[in-house]
Amino acid sequence: MTLKRTPFYEIHKAAGGKLVEFGGWEMPVQYSGILDEHNTIRKAVGLFDVSHMGEVYATGPNAKKFVNNLITNDVNKLVDGQILYSPMCYEHGGVVDDLLVYRFNDEKFLIVINASNVDKDFQWMSEHILGADVVNHSSDVAEVALQGPLAQKTLQKLTSFDLNSLKYFYFTEFEIVGVHCLISRTGYTGEDGYEIYFDNANAEKIWNALMEAGKEFGIKPCGLGCRDSLRLEAGLMLYGNDITQDVTPLEAPLKWTVKLDKEDFIGKRALLEKPIKRKLVGFELLERAVPRHGNEVYIGGEKFDYVTSGIFSPTLQKPVGFAFVPVDLPLGDGIEVKIRDRLIKAKTCSYRFYKIERK
Amino acid sequence: MTMKFTKDHEWVRVEGEIAVVGITDYAQKALGDIVSLELPKIGSKYDQGKHFSIVDSMKASSEVYAPLSGEVVEVNSALNDNPQWINESPHEKGWIAKFKADNLSELDKLMSEEEYRKYCDKHVH
Repeated sequence: MTLKRTPFYEIHKAAGGKLVEFGGWEMPVQYSGILDEHNTIRKAVGLFDVSHMGEVYATGPNAKKFVNNLITNDVNKLVDGQILYSPMCYEHGGVVDDLLVYRFNDEKFLIVINASNVDKDFQWMSEHILGADVVNHSSDVAEVALQGPLAQKTLQKLTSFDLNSLKYFYFTEFEIVGVHCLISRTGYTGEDGYEIYFDNANAEKIWNALMEAGKEFGIKPCGLGCRDSLRLEAGLMLYGNDITQDVTPLEAPLKWTVKLDKEDFIGKRALLEKPIKRKLVGFELLERAVPRHGNEVYIGGEKFDYVTSGIFSPTLQKPVGFAFVPVDLPLGDGIEVKIRDRLIKAKTCSYRFYKIERK
Repeated sequence: MTMKFTKDHEWVRVEGEIAVVGITDYAQKALGDIVSLELPKIGSKYDQGKHFSIVDSMKASSEVYAPLSGEVVEVNSALNDNPQWINESPHEKGWIAKFKADNLSELDKLMSEEEYRKYCDKHVH
């Protein structure tokens, strides 16, 4: 299989990015180092290539009905220019993918999906079309994520649009260095920041402009390695690790995205009826070791389930992760995590290890 | 005091009958930021090529193999609080364990610095 390359491929190589396979794409896992990039995002500003993400437009008089049937969250709550996070489920309640819905107006929505799921998701959407016009633009659209407490200052240098007026989970459109862009105040790091979408052809122009604007703030290119450690600290789910076709949003901490009182949607019946036996929680290891996806979780000496994600948290300076535990287990209770052949004690806690105030 | 190298990217430096062992600069670069490790117990015995330690980086966990057969006589326990020393100084401050070697002729199976450099060059595409 040939790996797909984003329009930033040459830039990554020139900047010393270490390229690896991710979801069928050749992507940079790191440049200066995962810890250095992680800390740069927490303290200053960094730039990610996230062009591997998929973009699907749903338009026409049936677009809203189509989107709302597809997702568990309620698109009716959105105003023009607003964004919604939601899982999209199978009939049995397991997750097809998690996504962002951008509302332009009542008849135009952009759905942003995970890179490794683009073909599967588009197939699924096509099977549940409900008369909407649904077009996959994933291969024409480039995307970067500008993240960190100094992201606003960086981007403000390139536009007269007052970024104070763009609130968290809203988007707008303006030109950056003469290139038409869609800009949303969103991200996958737990920091303030923006995700910026534009034509593939302008990739290099936008990248260079942002890097130049961020120079005085210490901007660095960042790879997928720190994207994972940042999102985990912030309590954000990763499809394939934490949520999968075998996990429902009610087992994951995504109850807030499931609107069982809205009109019918795919998976509603299962989510209403299926008994919930486990829940995803955070944990902190009480010894220095690194938990990883797939480590077994023991409760009272018996194997219960598994660790969905784990890292050594650079911000907390502790090994932390997410794991499934019995639904009635009180937070703060002890569990054990099997790492290689050792059972290591851990304490359950909130899955949100890191949290900032949102503007 | 010459150093010898393994195909699995450990180095060994023999001082008298004691073999000091760590992972190479090439290995630490490939692993990236080291955040924790599991040291062997003093008194444990390992055969050449058996894993005796684990190094955890931000990306993955990797086994470290004994370049020589022998008994662990000392471990670099300062690494528990300073695992980044393996990145900063893989051949000096980042040593992992000292072995009392069973048979120093096992060194003959390992690579010289020159051979190891060529081996690494060949493996970076």
